[in-house]
Amino acid sequence: MNRFTYARAEQVGDAVSAAMQRRAATFIAGGTNLVDLMKENVARPDHLIDINRLPLQQVEETEDGGLRVGALVTNADLAYHPLVEARYPLLSRAILSGASAQLRNMATTGGNLLQRTRCFYFYDTATPCNKREPGSGCPAITGQNRNHAILGASEHCIATHPSDMCVALAALEAVVRVTGKGGERRVPFAELHRLPGDMPERDTTLEPGDLITAVELPPGRFAEHCTYLKVRDRASYAFALVSVAAAVELAGGTIKEARVALGGVAHKPWRDRTAEALLRGKAASTEAFQEVAEALLQDAQGYRHNGFKMALAKRAIVRALGEAVSGRQAS
Amino acid sequence: MSASERTVATEGTTAAPATSHTITLTINGAKKQVEVAPWTTLLDLLRESLHLTGAKKGCDHGQCGACTVLVDGKRVNSCLTLAIVKDGAEVTTIEGLSAGDALHPLQQAFIDHDAFQCGYCTPGQICSAEGLIREKRAKTADDVRELMSGNLCRCGAYSNIVAAIEEVMGACTRERDGRGNGQGRHAVGGGRGEER
Repeated sequence: MNRFTYARAEQVGDAVSAAMQRRAATFIAGGTNLVDLMKENVARPDHLIDINRLPLQQVEETEDGGLRVGALVTNADLAYHPLVEARYPLLSRAILSGASAQLRNMATTGGNLLQRTRCFYFYDTATPCNKREPGSGCPAITGQNRNHAILGASEHCIATHPSDMCVALAALEAVVRVTGKGGERRVPFAELHRLPGDMPERDTTLEPGDLITAVELPPGRFAEHCTYLKVRDRASYAFALVSVAAAVELAGGTIKEARVALGGVAHKPWRDRTAEALLRGKAASTEAFQEVAEALLQDAQGYRHNGFKMALAKRAIVRALGEAVSGRQAS
Repeated sequence: MSASERTVATEGTTAAPATSHTITLTINGAKKQVEVAPWTTLLDLLRESLHLTGAKKGCDHGQCGACTVLVDGKRVNSCLTLAIVKDGAEVTTIEGLSAGDALHPLQQAFIDHDAFQCGYCTPGQICSAEGLIREKRAKTADDVRELMSGNLCRCGAYSNIVAAIEEVMGACTRERDGRGNGQGRHAVGGGRGEER
């Protein structure tokens, strides 16, 4: 690990102004990803701003019937929170499908949003990587790319976003509260993470000094008809090859609204509202789900080792939507 | 943290960053003031400075669970925890689970079920299992397997580890329901773990 200084922030404003002052300063909360990246010399902050004592630890109901989750609420506390279990089982299930119990006890809500890709080349400082060293190249495109993106990638980067929680938050259309240079603002979840384009070093649209203070969930409408299906190499404690967050609102026998977010396939949680809209007003059927799956994957591009993800994603979408509609969660 | 501890020159390229901070930790019930560098992990502090070598350095990247300890009653990977961030916390390691020479029920169960071969992962397994029992989320053997997936055993003693944990878990459940014989007292104590 490189050498760095350390200070503890007591107020949100102090944390933000401290981060603004030093370009290579980084916030630390749970540290599960950051400390690992520091040990690998991938992250080399010269100053850590410890935000763990900031008053961002609450889960509280909002006036509109939603939920506001403080950025420092741990993944475990969020997944097991009675209101989350009752109203947002999709979120609870997605969180519990990720990492290990120890890591979920440490990792925070804000930190989960900002975790970096687990692309081998990003982690290996002996290799080029456009995300780690802009302009150095992307060995994954022609190399070991079994875990990599099939949607929204660029000639500069085919990394995936590793989070499960974020896939559920994308489906639930959460809003991220951010405090930065210009004060406080609300960022729709779909606008937080970005596609790599020609700036893969930027995972998100956040600016230097920005601090995530909370994640807000709109009122829960999908508690009865949702599922998180995660397909991976091991039964537990592995990143997704493909994951699907499916949530459906039914009216009578027909689908009023459907949400489908994919993990493990792109630089951000992947949604396609046009594809989702194909289900509106229709009766649930395998054929209808297949149509959505085809639409979601129509622009997919496989590389040497990850072409299997295209068929896998389609099948996972069909299965997840079926389970969401029937209210029977996958095992 | 005093001013002198945090000030040493953060300006200019040649200045050395502050390398020493005084923090207070309650380790296995005893309050201790220790000097740490900002980059000292809790695992290195325990092993190298405090000579509590029960927690093991396996992968050092949060993947194997050999370093698992309880911080404020919750199981964490001490290799990914910077000690300085836990100033004021209560830490329980494998050395703090037994009551003197009286083994913790999980330690006894691991022996009874032959739940290890080389033993390297065992302190982490037991601390993790203690965390699992306190969390009260595991009901079945499948739950135990899923919620212990952050602890790898290279010898493959998993089936016996699950059996050992299930036995103690069962004793704790019986005790909670008022049918216990007291054997689960350590594991259900819970008084050490202040939630924050």
